[in-house]
Amino acid sequence: MPLWLDLLVRVVAVVAAFLVVPLVVGQMEHKVMAHMQSRLGPMYAGGFHGWAQLVADGVKFVQKEDITPRDADRPVFRLAPLVALFPYLVVLLAIPLGPGGLVAQPMDVGLFFVLAVLGVGVVAVLMSAWASANKYSLLGGLRGAAQLLGYELPLVLSAASVAMAAGTLSLPGIVAAWSPWWLLWQAPAALVFFVSGLAEIRRPPFDMPIADSELVFGYMTEYTGLRFAFFLLAEYVGIVVIAALTTVLFLGGWHGPDPAHLGWLWTLAKVFAVSFVVIWLRVSYPRLREDQLQRLCWLVLVPVALAQLVLTAVVKLAL
Amino acid sequence: MTVADVLLLALGAVAVGSGAAVVTSDHLVRSGLYLVVSLGAMAGLYLVLGAELVAWVQVLVYVGAVVVLLLFAVMLTRAPIGPSPDLDRPAWPALIVGGGVGLGLAALLADAFRWTLYDRPEPGTTERMGTQIFGQWVLPFEVLSILLLSALVGAIVLSRPDIGARTGEEA
Repeated sequence: MPLWLDLLVRVVAVVAAFLVVPLVVGQMEHKVMAHMQSRLGPMYAGGFHGWAQLVADGVKFVQKEDITPRDADRPVFRLAPLVALFPYLVVLLAIPLGPGGLVAQPMDVGLFFVLAVLGVGVVAVLMSAWASANKYSLLGGLRGAAQLLGYELPLVLSAASVAMAAGTLSLPGIVAAWSPWWLLWQAPAALVFFVSGLAEIRRPPFDMPIADSELVFGYMTEYTGLRFAFFLLAEYVGIVVIAALTTVLFLGGWHGPDPAHLGWLWTLAKVFAVSFVVIWLRVSYPRLREDQLQRLCWLVLVPVALAQLVLTAVVKLAL
Repeated sequence: MTVADVLLLALGAVAVGSGAAVVTSDHLVRSGLYLVVSLGAMAGLYLVLGAELVAWVQVLVYVGAVVVLLLFAVMLTRAPIGPSPDLDRPAWPALIVGGGVGLGLAALLADAFRWTLYDRPEPGTTERMGTQIFGQWVLPFEVLSILLLSALVGAIVLSRPDIGARTGEEA
């Protein structure tokens, strides 16, 4: 295959995954939440169990009026949803699906790249919060920035533990080095990574920045139509990205029966399983208060992540 | 001109242009956002030069943390939407200092390297970085980490009045 065709196929594949997988997760959220709350969820759109509900939602969002508040900082306000969405699209490039280079862009520093690009999302939160010219938005944005900055630390530390165990920063390299007993050895890091990942994508119970009972909808309050839909899409892609990273780093990615042929299937199955847990947690736990949220980060997750680093180093040296 | 040359020039123009916008913009928060663009373009420059790790460190530390902290602080104090005409910015001294440093550095570099062409070193992989830092440069690295650690402890002591500022007991 010529280089440009290869490149084109990879980019198209990533964009397709970017557009399809989050929708599946979104539909899953509708149905899982509904059944956990003893109701049916959307049933009419598309016929079979309301499978087309998200498409209908998309059409609805496109039709809605795109309002920019009069006092808002127009260019910043309009740019913010794109800045929120873009990092997740870029991160998907680095996530390996299967062995033998089944990844859009193999990178020597893949793990570092992923963490760095995810960190850019904070800028979007601050941009939308400030440019909305709304005090609820600003409060939500400040909460969001404090939360994202805080939880980035345990996220990076727990990821560092896996990188240390595998001896590489490349994501396919980490999966290749993975062995089942890491499930035990790296369990605290996995837990810390997953919890701080949830906080990074501001999913309940970590949705203090958009707490609808006190802040209307936080930094998204003033958004309508397509721009609001971008924020929603960013949330679903965020679930996919965090689930995929948890899978790749801690659950062994493509490892399973016959990884050479079915590796991509195992990766996808694990991603959806982790996404299911993300939705499950949303239904199960009440929202953490702001002080509880910061306390959990600094007094529980960071120390556990540091202890895990020591444990990883000790085991690595002993073996 | 190769593709890399074009990319270097374009990214350099973006970095310098948005850097100028940082200091000339009348919009306080937009200045901070221009800084994001400028630092991002710098990361792009590192990428073109083959220093992948440095580029992503730049994004993680500067774009993801330093500028965000700066914006956060600005929004906590005073962040008006729209231009702030009362910004206290001495244009002439800044121009002289900035221009002088820029020209001086440019002259120094031009004098040191003339028009000699150098081969680009191999791309900086993580493994090479690791061997270099923990082999040849291990002492400066450790000294730096002790410096950072003491700064961290100092910040905690200063920001917590209940553990710091005990006066009049021993001394």
